[in-house]
Amino acid sequence: MKPAPVGYLRPTSLEEACRALADDPDAKVLAGGQSLVPLLSMRLAAPSTLVDINALPGLDGVEVDEAGVRVGALVRHADLLAHDGAARVQPLLRMALSHVAHAPIRNRGTTVGSLVHADAAAEMPAVLALLGGTVEVVSARGTRTVAGADLVVGPLESSLAHDEVATSAWFPALADGQGVGFAEISRRQGDYALCGVAALVRRAAGRVVEARAAYLAVDETPTVVDLLPALDGDPDGDPDEARLAAAADLALASLSPAGDIHATEQYRAHLARVLTVRVLREADDHARRRGQGGAA
Amino acid sequence: MSAEEPHEVHLVVNGTTYDVQVPARRLLSDALRHDLGLTGTHVGCEHGVCGACTVLLDGRPVRACLLLAVTVDGHEVTTVEGLAGPDGTLSAVQEGFRQCHGLQCGFCTPGFLTTVTAGLRENPDPTHEEAREMVAGNLCRCTGYQNIVRAVERAAELGREQA
Repeated sequence: MKPAPVGYLRPTSLEEACRALADDPDAKVLAGGQSLVPLLSMRLAAPSTLVDINALPGLDGVEVDEAGVRVGALVRHADLLAHDGAARVQPLLRMALSHVAHAPIRNRGTTVGSLVHADAAAEMPAVLALLGGTVEVVSARGTRTVAGADLVVGPLESSLAHDEVATSAWFPALADGQGVGFAEISRRQGDYALCGVAALVRRAAGRVVEARAAYLAVDETPTVVDLLPALDGDPDGDPDEARLAAAADLALASLSPAGDIHATEQYRAHLARVLTVRVLREADDHARRRGQGGAA
Repeated sequence: MSAEEPHEVHLVVNGTTYDVQVPARRLLSDALRHDLGLTGTHVGCEHGVCGACTVLLDGRPVRACLLLAVTVDGHEVTTVEGLAGPDGTLSAVQEGFRQCHGLQCGFCTPGFLTTVTAGLRENPDPTHEEAREMVAGNLCRCTGYQNIVRAVERAAELGREQA
């Protein structure tokens, strides 16, 4: 299990990196490499050249303001997980990042790299899509912004062109009245999830006015499902069991869980159902606590 | 440019600088073992699952099998060989593993020792749950986990006594 021969470039400017990618359609960007190096070792990927962006300046910052959190392409998962400002503005980041692999992998792997790696079993693409975040992309042709919902187009396939470098990701802040929840089931904590669900609920005037969930490791791409139709009209009390069960039914109608050696289709569907109820309740509780002036 | 063109890499391992020529595809785990002869770092699964190859990169635990040696040019690496004192005195973590029989066949041990060394630096007084969490990314195929968790807790005690 060794990588095939590969060329290596370590550009020191973004322009140089973009030029290297534009010149070689088989070149690939290397940031943390925590998903890419295993693919190289198993020879599932064999790029001609690795364009290592670790020496590029200005990509290792986390910027937090009232609107959201901007994460540079060289920010390691562990540093974003530990960032109190980011967790305060968008608590779902810390909830989800604690499930991203194990600490030694989070120390090297980057959040933006995980997004553009486009693995439907990964946490952060689902979080970005759920929150309506974006990824900033640069190439020799210019700069553009990709919506989180449009980022993953197939298994390990992003909508980025081969010559584009993702320079940052932006996650919107949690708005007034919103709450979030996250849960996943894996065989060992930190391993790839058999099924994971992130949820966002917003309450206004004692009612649920926004409710959606994002699913990872269920479909071939992270799937976001609008669950408000099942919870709409909820009177003042907790969303009751019947409504939560209806929301899970609604979610399952939009999902096509696949079976593999770790979980059958039926088991994965069961997990999606159970976790939907769990995270919706968690997100709703969170929204209530925040609505009462409680802490994030 | 040939894909196998060697790259000059300066690795600072356990305080010593090594200048080596490696192809870009050389994993850090292989550079340590084959190019530098530091065979304490063990290679298990080679795709980041087992944790046997864990080393410290600038003080933080990372998987040596998920890093290309060329990418850590100039950075500080600590392997299991670098944990004992210069006179061979065992570190608190090594001593904890010795006292609590935190190893059986020993294959996974270097990865546990480096992981726990960094873990206790960050959290010198872990709860039982935190001690379990600290080693959760490493696999032991002898299933010695109970003693390994005890060893983490003992190492924390020893570390506090030494402090």
